[in-house]
Amino acid sequence: MLLDKNTKVLVQGLGKDGSFQAKKSMEYGTNVVACVHPNRNGQFFENKIPYFETVNEAINETGANAGVIYVPAPFATDAIIEQIDAGLDLIVCINEGIPVHDMVKVKSYLKGKKTKLIGPNCPGIISPELKIKIGIIPGDICNVGNVGVVSRSGTLTYEAISQIGDAGFGQSLCVGIGGDPIHGTSFIDALEFFEQDKNTNSIVLIGEIGGTKEQQAAEFIKKNIHKPVVFTIAGTTAPKGKRMGHAGAVISGKMGLASEKIKKLENSGAHYADDPSKIGETLTRLIKY
Amino acid sequence: MNLHEYQSRNLLNKFSINFPKGEVGSTPNEIYQIVKKFNSEVVVKAQIHSGGRGKAGGVKICKTAVDAKKFASELIGKRIVTTHTDSDGVIVEKLLVTELTNIKKEIYLSIVIDPDIESPVMIASSEGGMDIEKIAEDSPEKIIKIVFDSVLGLKPYQIRRVTNSLGIPKNSIPEFYNLVNNLYKAFIETDSTLIEINPLVIDENENLIPLDCKINIDDDSQFRQKAIFELRDKNQENPMETRAKDFDLAYVKLDKGNVGCMVNGAGLAMATMDVTTKSGCFPANFLDVGGSTDKEKIKEAFRILVSDKKVEYLLINLFAGIARADLIAEGVVEAAKETSFNLPIIICMRGTNSGVGFKIFNDSTLDIHIADNLGHAAELLASVSSGN
Repeated sequence: MLLDKNTKVLVQGLGKDGSFQAKKSMEYGTNVVACVHPNRNGQFFENKIPYFETVNEAINETGANAGVIYVPAPFATDAIIEQIDAGLDLIVCINEGIPVHDMVKVKSYLKGKKTKLIGPNCPGIISPELKIKIGIIPGDICNVGNVGVVSRSGTLTYEAISQIGDAGFGQSLCVGIGGDPIHGTSFIDALEFFEQDKNTNSIVLIGEIGGTKEQQAAEFIKKNIHKPVVFTIAGTTAPKGKRMGHAGAVISGKMGLASEKIKKLENSGAHYADDPSKIGETLTRLIKY
Repeated sequence: MNLHEYQSRNLLNKFSINFPKGEVGSTPNEIYQIVKKFNSEVVVKAQIHSGGRGKAGGVKICKTAVDAKKFASELIGKRIVTTHTDSDGVIVEKLLVTELTNIKKEIYLSIVIDPDIESPVMIASSEGGMDIEKIAEDSPEKIIKIVFDSVLGLKPYQIRRVTNSLGIPKNSIPEFYNLVNNLYKAFIETDSTLIEINPLVIDENENLIPLDCKINIDDDSQFRQKAIFELRDKNQENPMETRAKDFDLAYVKLDKGNVGCMVNGAGLAMATMDVTTKSGCFPANFLDVGGSTDKEKIKEAFRILVSDKKVEYLLINLFAGIARADLIAEGVVEAAKETSFNLPIIICMRGTNSGVGFKIFNDSTLDIHIADNLGHAAELLASVSSGN
């Protein structure tokens, strides 16, 4: 399980955005047990959550088993490594702007460890049923339901969630895996989870131009996924070779093209929402009440 | 960030990678003096942030200093349009003069980060001097890959494995190993996302000579690569994109298009471009105003959008999470007043304080069309643009 009722969250980096989001998570229902921020030892966040200097201290004192990172990019790699080293089960890194060379090292360090990393440059993860969110997905747009959502994007994930809601459905779990070329949890990890999860009846996958992660997802869907999958690919009209905000979204070479991804995913049996405003509509057509 | 060829050469020099003798000049007279000094046949190359400059007339072999001066006076200050640039092209401000090299064989060599393997890889081909993407498509068997392990780095056996198929002479193998090893060091230490040597020449004496090089640096490494980022040449960038960057806005100007798009989030911004195209219009730009955006940033984004004279409609699509919709609305209304903007604006706005945001728009005198969702925004755009 990625999240369950025993999930105890540690927040690292409580600047303006981190504090705002930590508060929102607590209001949603997330069990935030510890904060890690330099030079605040002995103080309390929102008058109740203790601050610690290091992740190890925080875990020892509070039993935290999941971490979220809102640390500025120059220090974020150190925070990820610190949390992996401390042995957390789940780490969500919201920050963008981590150098790609650092992510090569992080992924190499992660090998053989039990920790699951989501992100960086992602909106995080939310379970409407458990009322737990780690990250920045707005809780009020989610409904309890049976659609699993996995996406490389942030706000486009919110768009998908709200379309699913408008179509009369809700979400079992939403995972934003992040827009960087090298990231932790992949489409495949999320798909594998959704296939096994008894609360998930169908899956929405949101891809983007650039890289070949969607093609890998397609291979996996073909072989292993028996639940219906709806997908869309953002950037079908993007010009070649230009970086569209997400570092991962440069179309370089034929493999990164939207058309390649769409072909492979349709071949895998997944259903294409041929424009990003038709995710809800495509899902409705697929699922009979 | 892209570097010029001469900057890339200087950078790689620090890693013991040596190119043929070369010097940069920015006036025809300087070029004349350099060639005089070299006292040999030379290659004169336009320094621009684009591939395909040879085919576009940006490279010339010159026999005399007078030839070189004439070529320089034709080129400096002109814009070159290549297959990699937009129709405006890029300006030539500097020329690199290098000695002519005798060529027996040309090899392609580069190091990139392969997101699938999640490691740096060397890509090489015995078909040097050509468009590597074309080789990859036409004869993928001629592309050779070496994966660098982040702990082990480059091992000699990896080089021995590929020298045969690359056609590296036996005597040159140690030199080739050193070259690749040095390139890898440079790649790591400069936070590069691409270092390309094309071609790497083998001359008649079996020396390895890199002729042309290209380096891209990871934009996200600026905080620790300050010296390299000093080399940024803003004149090679689209001025509107540069202006946007200064305000921390991710903006890409698109070649054709009549709909200015303002969106928060890169994925949603791309989706908005796609939906705009489906509606029968064309997006004029990609613009991601980011997460924690403020009023000043929105106003600047608006000014950038409307400074594009091709824009006939605006599409604002925001899913406010961290950002507040009311502040964004205030920013748009103020900037519209300031620029006397009176064209139709389609607005799709969800999330934090969007109710207040709608009120601000409705109270303004702007030509506002409110959409309930992304699909509805596309419908409104289609009907407004067709005059219905």
